[in-house]
Amino acid sequence: MADLTTNFLGIQSPNPFWLASAPPTDKEYNVRRAFEAGWGGVVWKTLGAEGPPVVNVNGPRYGAIFGADRRLLGLNNIELITDRPLETNLEEITRVKKDYPDRAIIVSLMVPCEEAAWKAILPRVMETGADGIELNFGCPHGMAERGMGSAVGQVPEYIEMVTRWCKENYDKPVIVKLTPNITDVRFPARAAKAGGADAVSLINTINSITSVNLDAMAPEPMIGDKGTHGGYCGPAVKPIAMNMVAEISRCPQTNGLPISAIGGITTWRDAAEFMALGAGNVQVCTAAMTYGFKIVEEMISGLSQWMDEKGYTSTDEFIGMATPNVTDWQYLNLNAISKAVIDQDACIKCGRCYAACEDTSHQAIDMSEDRTFTVNDDECVACNLCVNVCPVDNCITMETMEPGLVDPRTGKTVTEEYANWTTHPNNPSAQAAE
Amino acid sequence: MAQGQTAPGIQAGRLSSDEIAGNFDDLHPAYAPHEAAVAADRCYFCYDAPCVTACPSDIDIPLFIRQIATGTPEAAARTIFDQNILGGMCARVCPTETLCEEVCVRETAEGKPVEIGRLQRFATDTLMTSGVHPFERAAATGKTVAVVGAGPAGLSCAHRLAMLGNDVVIYEARAKSGGLNEFGIAAYKSTNSFAEREVDWLLKIGGIRIETGKALGDALTLDGLKADHDAVFLSIGLTGVNALRVDGEDKDGVRDAVDFIADLRQADDLGALPVGRNVVVIGGGMTAIDAAVQSKLLGSENVTVAYRRGRDAMGASRFEQDLASSKGVKLMFNVQPIAVHGNGAAAEIELEYTSGTDGELSGTGETIRLTADQVFKAIGQTLEGAPDTVALDGRKIAVSGVGRTSVDGVWAGGDCAAGGDDLTVTAVAEGRDAAMDIHASLSA
Repeated sequence: MADLTTNFLGIQSPNPFWLASAPPTDKEYNVRRAFEAGWGGVVWKTLGAEGPPVVNVNGPRYGAIFGADRRLLGLNNIELITDRPLETNLEEITRVKKDYPDRAIIVSLMVPCEEAAWKAILPRVMETGADGIELNFGCPHGMAERGMGSAVGQVPEYIEMVTRWCKENYDKPVIVKLTPNITDVRFPARAAKAGGADAVSLINTINSITSVNLDAMAPEPMIGDKGTHGGYCGPAVKPIAMNMVAEISRCPQTNGLPISAIGGITTWRDAAEFMALGAGNVQVCTAAMTYGFKIVEEMISGLSQWMDEKGYTSTDEFIGMATPNVTDWQYLNLNAISKAVIDQDACIKCGRCYAACEDTSHQAIDMSEDRTFTVNDDECVACNLCVNVCPVDNCITMETMEPGLVDPRTGKTVTEEYANWTTHPNNPSAQAAE
Repeated sequence: MAQGQTAPGIQAGRLSSDEIAGNFDDLHPAYAPHEAAVAADRCYFCYDAPCVTACPSDIDIPLFIRQIATGTPEAAARTIFDQNILGGMCARVCPTETLCEEVCVRETAEGKPVEIGRLQRFATDTLMTSGVHPFERAAATGKTVAVVGAGPAGLSCAHRLAMLGNDVVIYEARAKSGGLNEFGIAAYKSTNSFAEREVDWLLKIGGIRIETGKALGDALTLDGLKADHDAVFLSIGLTGVNALRVDGEDKDGVRDAVDFIADLRQADDLGALPVGRNVVVIGGGMTAIDAAVQSKLLGSENVTVAYRRGRDAMGASRFEQDLASSKGVKLMFNVQPIAVHGNGAAAEIELEYTSGTDGELSGTGETIRLTADQVFKAIGQTLEGAPDTVALDGRKIAVSGVGRTSVDGVWAGGDCAAGGDDLTVTAVAEGRDAAMDIHASLSA
C-alpha cells in the first residue's frame, strides 16, 4: 500500500487530506473527532483579534443546490470567522496539538489590516505549537464589509503587505488563502509570493446566491425577510478551483510556489486531480459537512489503491505531473483530428446525442427508423457534446484519426505535423513556423 | 369468525376482515413526493421517446416526468389528461410492462425501467385530490351527441366532446357508470372507490348527462338516438361471455369470471362474498388472472388457472402471471376443460392436455381431474346487443381509423369496436379520437 505521508512546507502529515478552515474545525471537540477519523491535518477555523468575538446570524447560515435524490452539489454559507473567544481557541489548539503531534494544525487568521493587529496575535499563535498559519484573505461576506477577508484578497498590494508583516513576525510557514472573487488569480498569487508566502491555498468560497424564495421574493437563506450573498463551495466549484490552481501552478512567476488546494474535493480522485495540477495537499470541507468525517477513509484507500496501480510510492511523484499539459488555447494542435464513434452494443437508443447534435450542434448524428444512431463523419467536428450528454459510460468515444487518413469533413489528409493557431493562415497575426 | 381456507364448498368469510383488508390493499402504493422526485430523475428525456410511441394514448411521457421532477406535478397531470382523461385509472391498470415501461431505455440498459405508471399516478393523484378539473368548455356549439355506454371509451369521448362545446347524453345500461373500471379489473388496482371518484371528477367539465339503466333495445334504438342527437358514439363493450361448451357447465358453482369480479367490485364487505375452497379459472387473459388472484385473496385454499396454450401465448402479461404465482395461484398450461363433474354442484373439473401444431390446438387424450367446487369461465367476451344496421368486422363493429361505423353519423370505440388491444388505455384513445372526428364533422 502506497505511503501517503505528505511533507507540505516541512509540515509532516500522515496523508494529504486536511480539513479546511471552516465550521468542522471550529472547536477542540470536532478536531479531535477528525483526527480520530484519520484526517491528516486541519486548518483551524479563522481566529480574529483579541476582544469581543464576532457574532453570527441566528437564522439559517447555509443554502444549497441539489442534484438527483437531494445530492448536495453546492453549498453556500454566511457564517463569519469563529465566534468564540480567542483565548478559548488558543487553549484548545495547544491541547490538541500536544495530543496529536503527528497531525498538522494550521491556524487561520483574520485581523484588521494594521501591522499592530498582526503583531499582537502572531506570538499568541506561536505559543500554541501549531505548525503554521493561513491568512484568510478570502472570506467573501460579512468580514469583507469590515475591510478584512476578501477585501484584502482583492488587492494584491494588501496581500503582499500583510504577508510580509506575518513573515517578519512569525517563524513558521505562512500560507496565504486566496479568494476566487477576482478576475485573474495569478495577481494575488504573485503578491503573496512577493510578500514571502510559503504557500498559497485556494480557493476560498465564491460569492453566490444559491436560490430565491419565490413566495417571499428573497434570496435564501433568509434571515427574517432578507438574505445576502454567501460563499459558495462544494462539488459544483471544483472546476473553477482546478483552473485557478493550474493557472498558478503553470505561471512562470509562481511555478513551484506550494499550493494547498481547496474547492469541492469530495473523493480521492478529486484530490488526485488537484495534486496532478500542482497541489501539494488538499483541504476538504463540504464533503465532510455532508457525509461526516468518515469519508477520509475512502479518500485514503482510494488514493493508495490508485497510487499502487500506477506504481507511485510517494505523493511527490505525481504532484504537478499534469501541469505541463495545461496550455493556452493558441498552442493546441489544430492538426489533431477526432471523430465521435458510437458503440452500438452499448447504445440504449435514448437519442440524447441526436437531440443535442441536431438541435444545438452540427447535425452530425443520423437517426434511422429503428432508432440506430450513427455519426456522420462528414459533419462531425468532434465537439464531444454527444459524449457528455450520453447517459452510458464509454458508449460514445472520441477516436483520433490516424495520419494519412482523409477527414471527410474537410477533405484534408490528417498529418502528424503539429500546427497551432499561432501559425494558422487564418490568423492575421500568424507567425511563420520556425 | 373467519371460516378458514379449508372450509368446504363455496363459503363467505374465509379470512378475517383485517386479512382481507391487507390482501386488497393498493397493488402499487402511491409515491411519496421524494420518491416521485427520485423516480422522475431517472428519466433520460429521450428524443422521440420510445415510451410515447408505445403508449396507445400518446401521452408525452418525458414531458410529464420532467414536470414532476421540476416540482409541478399539476402541470404533469395536465400533460397526461390532455391525451388521456382517464390517466388516473390508466396509471393503475395499464399493463405498463408491455407498453411504455417495456420499451423504456432504462429497461434496455438496466432491466429496470423508469416507473412511468407510478409517476403518472403521482401526477394525476396530485391534481385530482386537489379537486381541480383542469379543463374548461369551449363556447357552446348547440350540438348534442349520444354516447352509449359509460365505460372508458364512452367517458373519454363524452369528455372531449363536452370540452369542445357539445352537449352529451350518456346512456348506460348498468345502474352505475364506469364500465370495466367500475365492474371489471381487480379491486387492488382501484382502491378507495377510485373509479367512481374519477367519473365524478371527469364530469366536472360540465355538459354531460348520464342516464343509467338504459341499454340499447326496444326503448332505446339507434334510429331513435340518431333522431334525437346530432351524432351517436357506441361504446357498449363486450357484454356476452363465451361458454365452455363442455358437459356439466350448468352445474352449480360454475359461473362467469366477469360476474364474480363485478360482484366483488360492488361488495361493501368483501368478507361476505362467498368463494370456493378449490377454485379453477379457465382462461389466460387478464380477467382470468384477476378472478384467480382475488379468489386467493378472499381465502380460497387452492386456486388454479387452466389455460389451453403455453405461457407465451397467454394474454396476461408476465408481470400478471408472476403476481398470480406470488399470491399462491397455480398456473397450468396446455390444458383445456372437457367436463365438470359433480352431483348438482361442481366437485371436479376434468382437463385434457393439448398440443399445438401449426397453430391448431388438439387434445392429446391424456386427462387430469382437479377438485373444483367453483369454476370461473374467463375465455373471452363477445359483442352483444349491437344495432343490426351497423356492419361488423369479424365479431366486432367495423370502424375506420377514427371510429366511423358503416352508418352515417354513428361512431364506435372501445372493446366493441374492431381493432385495438381491449385495454382501458386503447378505449380512452379511441373515444378521444372519435370525439375529435365527431366534432369536426358537426362543425363542418
